[in-house]
Amino acid sequence: MSILVGNNTKVIVQGITGSAGAFHAKQMLAYGTKVVAGATPGRGGETFEGSVPVFNSVKQAVKATGCDTSCIFVPPPGAADAILEAIDAGITLVVCITEGIPVMDMIKVRKVLESQDPRSPKRARLIGPNCPGIITPGSGEGSKGGCKIGIMPGHIHKSGHIGVVSKSGTLTYEAVGQLSALGIGQSTCIGIGGDPVAGLDFVDVLELFENDPDTHGIIMIGEIGGGAEERGAAFIKAHMKKPVAAFIAGTTAPEGKRMGHAGAIIAGGKGTAAEKIKALEAAGAKIAPTPSDMASTLKSMMS
Amino acid sequence: MKIHEYQGKELFAKYGVAIPKGYAAFTVDEAEAKAKQLIAETGSPVVVVKAQIHAGGRGKGGGVKVAKGGAAEARAQAEKILGMQLVTHQTGPEGQKVRRLYIEQGLDMMCELYLGAVVDRDLRRIAFMASTEGGMEIEKVAHDTPEKIVTVHVDPTVGLSGYQARELAYALGLEKYGKPTIAHFAKLMAGFYELFVKEDCSLCEINPLVVLKSGEVVALDAKVNFDDNAEFRHPEWANFRDEAEEDPTELEAKKVGLNYVSLDGNVGCLVNGAGLAMATMDIIKHVGAEAGVTPANFLDVGGGATQDQVTKAFKMILKSPKVKAIFVNIFGGIMKCDVVATGVVAAAKELGLSVPLVVRLEGTNVELGRKILTESGLKIEAATTMADGARKIVAAVGGAR
Repeated sequence: MSILVGNNTKVIVQGITGSAGAFHAKQMLAYGTKVVAGATPGRGGETFEGSVPVFNSVKQAVKATGCDTSCIFVPPPGAADAILEAIDAGITLVVCITEGIPVMDMIKVRKVLESQDPRSPKRARLIGPNCPGIITPGSGEGSKGGCKIGIMPGHIHKSGHIGVVSKSGTLTYEAVGQLSALGIGQSTCIGIGGDPVAGLDFVDVLELFENDPDTHGIIMIGEIGGGAEERGAAFIKAHMKKPVAAFIAGTTAPEGKRMGHAGAIIAGGKGTAAEKIKALEAAGAKIAPTPSDMASTLKSMMS
Repeated sequence: MKIHEYQGKELFAKYGVAIPKGYAAFTVDEAEAKAKQLIAETGSPVVVVKAQIHAGGRGKGGGVKVAKGGAAEARAQAEKILGMQLVTHQTGPEGQKVRRLYIEQGLDMMCELYLGAVVDRDLRRIAFMASTEGGMEIEKVAHDTPEKIVTVHVDPTVGLSGYQARELAYALGLEKYGKPTIAHFAKLMAGFYELFVKEDCSLCEINPLVVLKSGEVVALDAKVNFDDNAEFRHPEWANFRDEAEEDPTELEAKKVGLNYVSLDGNVGCLVNGAGLAMATMDIIKHVGAEAGVTPANFLDVGGGATQDQVTKAFKMILKSPKVKAIFVNIFGGIMKCDVVATGVVAAAKELGLSVPLVVRLEGTNVELGRKILTESGLKIEAATTMADGARKIVAAVGGAR
């Protein structure tokens, strides 16, 4: 079991003919992900790697292949448009890897996402942008046979019962590497990205993990800026029974280098690592003292 | 990306946000000439000489002076300000050298207000903040009297509505200056919103926004920051860029597409991913702070760095005199370990490796990466985990001291 993606997820790669899209589409196929279609405007009719049909539009691909999940590698100028295209075509999970999308574009995308009927099973969810993606490890050798959507190195994963959710790509790999080294497998690992305006938030993913019978514990990795970690802490306190180990990156980061001060005003002084750690500890999460202790901290809570 | 006040005001004028008359000046002679021109145009002898640097708090630091005695006095003020090392609460103790001036008409105002716009990352919308406490540090107002800041959030599909502009106008007490002032403010807000969206801003502040004796509302200051991600659709930003205002190392890094921040410590760090880079700084400090070992920089080579970028990044670290050891911490996803290894080896061979180097590689193409390092013949200490790497780097600096 897992959340959001699994064995039967049918994936379309938007931007499959670009260099990053092509490289990672191959890696996904090798892992066992069912990549059933690609989309690049003007390249419809081609075949990728001899087996994956390329379409001019996502709508055409959905009609022809029944794909339900998209992975986007489209460069920043067209990335927000690609997300909107996927949502409009009926894709229910959009994973956007692209880094560097203007925040003004993402504000519009976010509005479209929020305008959907929350009760509709056909409503689209967005992971990212600027994230490594989502993976449900398989039970094969090197965790193959699962569903890898994105750019994470598949072989470090191991099928199991721990959920990982993180704002940082490489720190997600770090946590997964530590878990696997301890012989602890993962149900699903999600990088939600650290952009100011994005799709799924810590709260959304924590809720999915809490409701997934096959996820027994969670590692949550946040970083300075914004209030997503504090909202996650409030959710943990109010709704979660499963153990959560957390790490917040940026304890030693110089203040004001990455965060505009006016943003901190709106957040009511939120945003520092110290405040996030305090909120998470008060909610019952256990904080890893260093980034090397994420898995061992969770293990100590699992008995 | 930050721009100067006078550049922000060019944009204000373009979008119908009222500003006083003014001209930029790069020399004292030019300042005098512009002051003379301004006095002739406005019929008033009062001009303001303003230092142009990318930091707030200029007035308090002595970078803004009113000259009431005509162009000669303006010249005298310009002589004092141009070239001074201006220290404000945003520049750090070393201050920032003033290289440009703005000569502006002096105006009689009835009150000073604050107006700001920012992307609120919690509500995922543009937020406008207004306060009657203009001319003060808004951070201080937010901390001491948060009730004096009124905020509205804009629906991106609807845009700024008239009622929202009026809500801010009434919160600012503008009704006491008469109906035309409210209308003037609403017009200014419409332009301000349009500017924020079309120019891809991440932050805009007018502090102070003033009401003149005529009842008009005018932006006396302009702070405009752009969203770096939108640079591809704004080729005109190149004209706004003032490289003299930027940290030279950070600028050099930016030119080759790297994210670099200079710090005070002695361990050079080369990491992929902002989160891992921050975490690497955290763990070095965690293990080494007591021994006086701390990070010398934050350096994220990003996900898709080329071998050439890695080489340049490593050279930047090698060249820094404060670096006593280097920690390379890579967990490859998009970034392939062999690319990092090749880049590091190329830089080390070219410049020579004079300090201890600890490398921790994991992820995509890790075997190939390790092989390249081993076969390079360079003296490299391999680390198995982040903690192992942090311990080794701390020991290495300790041994070197």
